[in-house]
Amino acid sequence: MIRHLRFPRLSWRFIPVWQRNYLVWKKLAIPSILGNLADPMLYMLGLGYGLGSLLPDVAGMPYLTFLAAGTVAYSTMNAATFEVLYSSFSRMHVQRTWDAIMNAPLTLDDVMMGELTWAVAKSLLSGLAILAVIWGLGLYGNFWMTLWIIPVVALVGFCFGGLGLVMNAVSPSYDFFLYYFSLVITPMVLLCGVFFPVSQLPLPVQAVSAWLPLTHAIDLARPLVVGNVPGDIALHVVALLIYGSLGYIIALALTRRRLLK
Amino acid sequence: MLKVRGLTKKYGDTEVVRGLDLTVRRGECFGLLGPNGAGKTTTLRLLLGLIEPDSGSIELAGIAVPQHAREARMKVGVVPQMDNLDPDFSVRENLLAYGRYFGMSKAAVAARVPKLLEFAGLASKADAQIAQLSGGMKRRLTLARALVHDPDILFLDEPTTGLDPQARHLIWQGLRRLIADGKTIVLTTHFMEEAERLTDRLAILDHGRKVAEGAPRALIESHIEPAVVEVYGEGLDAWMRDYAGPVCLRFETVGETLFCYTDNAERVIDALKQAPALRYLHRPSNLEDVFLKLTGRDLRD
Repeated sequence: MIRHLRFPRLSWRFIPVWQRNYLVWKKLAIPSILGNLADPMLYMLGLGYGLGSLLPDVAGMPYLTFLAAGTVAYSTMNAATFEVLYSSFSRMHVQRTWDAIMNAPLTLDDVMMGELTWAVAKSLLSGLAILAVIWGLGLYGNFWMTLWIIPVVALVGFCFGGLGLVMNAVSPSYDFFLYYFSLVITPMVLLCGVFFPVSQLPLPVQAVSAWLPLTHAIDLARPLVVGNVPGDIALHVVALLIYGSLGYIIALALTRRRLLK
Repeated sequence: MLKVRGLTKKYGDTEVVRGLDLTVRRGECFGLLGPNGAGKTTTLRLLLGLIEPDSGSIELAGIAVPQHAREARMKVGVVPQMDNLDPDFSVRENLLAYGRYFGMSKAAVAARVPKLLEFAGLASKADAQIAQLSGGMKRRLTLARALVHDPDILFLDEPTTGLDPQARHLIWQGLRRLIADGKTIVLTTHFMEEAERLTDRLAILDHGRKVAEGAPRALIESHIEPAVVEVYGEGLDAWMRDYAGPVCLRFETVGETLFCYTDNAERVIDALKQAPALRYLHRPSNLEDVFLKLTGRDLRD
């Protein structure tokens, strides 16, 4: 893999790749949006009202608000992850769409940047849908502050898009994505403060949690929902950028080894 | 149009391409022949700059590859071995999307689409989904897609593998039209008939090396006796022992058939009268005989 590792050589030619995915998505946009929205929304509203009615304020806010902020980050992560795992894998491995594109003047770097930016677009859509619910139910502290959630969501999409591409590069088949969900995504959901505050966890686990990208995402999103300025903004932004960029660069090397040997 | 010097590519300890030299002139149809694993597809991928050679130089349409592979690929159309049309798009959308990858505006591609569909014989299928197309139609669409940016040179990797004879003839017809239009074509194939019909010159590769190069006719004349008598049936062993040596210039057996190469088929056929139970086929020698002589008759995987 080391042999294939190098700084990405990007060009604007990634845009037609993004556009290709957009045009395909557009054909099935409505069912896709509903599908993306239904699952996180059900969890958020079901647990938020059901469990929330039993709970006092959590971390100084009603449980529904607490959960809504977590859900923005979590559904964004899921949207990006599903896109670069199942959909990108179809295009790379099953349909060989990437091969066809690379016979044009595009490099693998461009193709994967097109995929990554498309994952960001899908994340934005997913995050915005949850944000719309937050607005609709009046779960926010300050409307203008919640607008900052939009770039946060894009950043979270970039981060998990980049990480997911690594898994995409090494999976022999769809079946292997299950490991990624069981070993990475699900633990992250439980350790990063989606459903309950990280402070409830034992100290050593909290230390681990502090390193996880979803924690950084939630540390940005939750204060913005409530109407506060997040603490350590630079740290969280840089952490998410580093996870995403490293993911992209490593995924590029691994995919180069896979497709262009 | 294409100049390759001393090209090598290694995978671990295996040399897949070993010191290959090729020159293809503008407007020429050039064939790359070879058994499976001879390095044909690897060579094409090297020529496109998709993989980097261990040594050697490539100049494609006057552009150094892989250093300037992007620029070079602007001038090349590719028909890959395996169909990779975009199944999420219709026939027309496939062409539109592919044009965008070359930086063409939607209007510029749209203006070319009717001509490309006509060329592919798919004018009535413009809005069909890819899954509805036959194998031959898919190939023709792939060929049309490779022409979307009006390239100077076309690379075709086994363009007719898996097609029925009718579909194959349609592809050949299309390729002849392109040759007449002055396109340069490089194709790999293991159909000897395809190579004989289409190519001006060809190279036979084996184990990553070029073992012969030239016009199909010239290769047949210089490498092989003018006629072949294929002999098979009851009593072949006895006939071979008694007659094959004296009457054939060269002979070999493959399975249950004896290939007797000769410049005097009459003499062979006379000798065959001694064994009336034997059947035979007398034919002029062809490219396949050259191919098998040079690359051997053992099975390749």
